[in-house]
Amino acid sequence: MADFTPAEAIKSAATEGAAPQDRRPAAGRRQGERSPLASVALHGTLMFATLCALFPMLWILLSSFKPANRIQASEITLIDNPTFENYRAVLFDTPFPTWFLNSVIVAVFTMIIGITMSATCGYALSRFNFAGKRGLMWVFLITQMFPVAILIVPIYTIMANLGLINTKLSLIIAYCTVAVPFCAWMLRGYFDTIPRELDEAAALDGLGPFRTFYRIILPLARPGLAVTAFYTFLTAWGEVAYAIAFMQTRDNLTLGAGLQQFVPQFNPQWHLLTAGSVLILIPAIIVFFFAQKHLVAGLTAGGTKG
Amino acid sequence: MSQVLAVAEAPVRPPGKPQGRLRRSYDRNWYAWAMVLPTVLVLGVLVMYPLFQGIFQSFTDLTESNAQDVICTKTLGGGEECRDNPKSSEFVGLKNYVDLLSGARGSFWLQLTNTLVWTLACVSLHYGFGLGLAVMLNRKMRGRGLYRALLIVPWAVPGFVAAFGWKFLFNPRFGLINQGLVNLGFEPVEWFNHRWTALFAAICTNAWLGIPFMMVAILGGLQSINGDLYEAAAIDGASPWQRFKYITMPGLRPVSSTVILLGTIWTFNMFPIIYFVTGGEPAGQSEILVTGAYRAAFEGLRNYSLAATYGVLILSILIVFASAYRRMLKNQGEVF
Repeated sequence: MADFTPAEAIKSAATEGAAPQDRRPAAGRRQGERSPLASVALHGTLMFATLCALFPMLWILLSSFKPANRIQASEITLIDNPTFENYRAVLFDTPFPTWFLNSVIVAVFTMIIGITMSATCGYALSRFNFAGKRGLMWVFLITQMFPVAILIVPIYTIMANLGLINTKLSLIIAYCTVAVPFCAWMLRGYFDTIPRELDEAAALDGLGPFRTFYRIILPLARPGLAVTAFYTFLTAWGEVAYAIAFMQTRDNLTLGAGLQQFVPQFNPQWHLLTAGSVLILIPAIIVFFFAQKHLVAGLTAGGTKG
Repeated sequence: MSQVLAVAEAPVRPPGKPQGRLRRSYDRNWYAWAMVLPTVLVLGVLVMYPLFQGIFQSFTDLTESNAQDVICTKTLGGGEECRDNPKSSEFVGLKNYVDLLSGARGSFWLQLTNTLVWTLACVSLHYGFGLGLAVMLNRKMRGRGLYRALLIVPWAVPGFVAAFGWKFLFNPRFGLINQGLVNLGFEPVEWFNHRWTALFAAICTNAWLGIPFMMVAILGGLQSINGDLYEAAAIDGASPWQRFKYITMPGLRPVSSTVILLGTIWTFNMFPIIYFVTGGEPAGQSEILVTGAYRAAFEGLRNYSLAATYGVLILSILIVFASAYRRMLKNQGEVF
C-alpha cells in the first residue's frame, strides 16, 4: 500500500481499458498461422467496412463543394465545378453561426452542471454503503429508460408556466434530466477503478471524506471526468426533440432544429445542408480522433461495472 | 507510519464490531447522504416531479386548448380581468389508455409493431456487425489502429447530421442509392412511399450510426479475456469456431448483456433518426412510439394528455423488458 503512488494510480486508471491492445500476447502467435488467403480476406473485409463507415460522410463532403444547381443532378459525379459558394452562403447568409453558438452554449452548460452535480454522488455510490443506495441506483437505471415522450410534455408545461420557453435555459434544464443521472452512473464506474486504499490512507492522515474526495480522488479521476464530460457534451449536442419543441424563434434554434430549416418538405436546399453538416462534423471528428482511446476506456469501465 | 496503522486498522473496518457498527454506519451515512444530496435534489425537481405530473396528465384530457386554468383578458383601462376557464382540463380516468389501446385515437399497435421491428433489426445489426468487426480488430495485423480509428468515425457524427446525410443518399430523385440502382440496371425505389422501405432506410441509418459503439464496447470486452485460455484451448486442439464459442462468447457475457440492454433501450427511444429520415412517411405509417408521442404533443392540436399516455405506456414496456432481461441473466448465473 505504501508503494502505491498517485502516479501509478493514474496509470492504472488510464490503462484500465485505454491501451488494452498490448494485453493479449496470445494473439501474436496466431499471426504466423494466418494463411495469405485469410490475410487478404481479413484486410478486404475491414477495408470494405471502413469504406461503408466513411462513405456517406465523404459523399456529403464531396457534394458540399458542388454548385447549388448541380447537387441535385441525376448523374453521379464525384467532383463537379467545385466551389466554396455553399460554405459562404451558410456562414454569411443564414443564421447558421448563431445556431452553432447556441448549441455550444447549451451543451457546455449541460456538461458543467451534469458533472458538478453528480461527481460527489458517483463517489458516494462507489465508496459507501448507505441506506437508500440501491433505490438510487435503480432510479438512475430507470431514468436511462425514460422515453423523451414522458418528460417532454410536463417539462414543456412547467417551462411555459415559468415563461422560459424559447430560452437556452429551458433546454439546459431539460438536458440535465438525462445528464445528471448519466454522469453519476459513469463516474461511479471510474471511482470504482481507483483503489480504496488511497481513501483509507487519506483518512488515516486525517482527511475527512469531503477533502479526501476533493484532494485525492478527484485529481486521480481526471481522465474519467474528461470522458464523462465529453459524452455529456455529445448527448446534448446531438439532441433534437426538446430543441425543436422548446425553441420557437429562428435565432434561438440549435443546430439540429436549424438544419431542419434548410430542408423543408418543399424546395429543400441541399447545398446549404451539406455545407452545414460538414462544418458541424469537422470539430467533432477532430476531437474524436484524439480522444478515441480514452472514450473506449471510459465506456467499458463505466458500462461493465454498472 | 501510516502503513503500519493501516495494517492494524484494515481488518477491523469492513464488518465492524457490533457495538461500533451503528455509530460508524451513522457517520458514514451522514457523509454519503450529503454527497448524494445535489444529485437527489436535481433528480427530484427535474425528473420525479415532471414524471408524476406526466403520469397525472395521462389521466386528464389536457390539450393545448384547455391548458390554462384561468383566462385573462385585458380590459380597456389597462387592467386584467381573470376568470376560471370553463373548459379547463378535467380528470377522465382511463379514457386515454382505452382510446389508445383500442385504436380509437392514434395508431398505437401499428407504431408498436414498427418499434419492435425497428428495435430488433437495429440491435441485432449493431451487435452482429459490432461483434464481427471487433473480433477482426482484435487480431494483430498491420494497420489495426488506423482501421479502428476510421471505423468509429460514424460515432462522432451527431444523430441528426447522420439522419440528414442518409436522407440525402436515399433521396428518390437524385440520391446516390437510387442512381446506383439505376446504373446497375434496377428500377429506382420510391423509398418513402412504402412503410417497409421507409423503415428500411431508417434502419440502415441507425445501423450505420450505432455499430461503432458496439464494436468498441465489445473490443474492450475481448481484450479483457485472458489470452492464456486461447493458448490452452489451441493446445487441446480446439478449432477456431470452438474457441469462439466456448471462450470468446462466455468471456463477453458481462459486456454483451450490458450493451444489449442499453442498446435496446436507446434504440426503442431513438427519436431523431425516424423523425428526420422517414418523417413518418407515408402518412405516419413508419412512425415509432416515441415519434408518435411527439407528434401527438407538438403537431396539429397539441394533445398533451395523449402524449403523456404514450409516455407512460412506453416506460412500462421498457421497465417490464428490463426486469425480464435481468431475471433471465440472473437465472443464468449472471449478476448484473
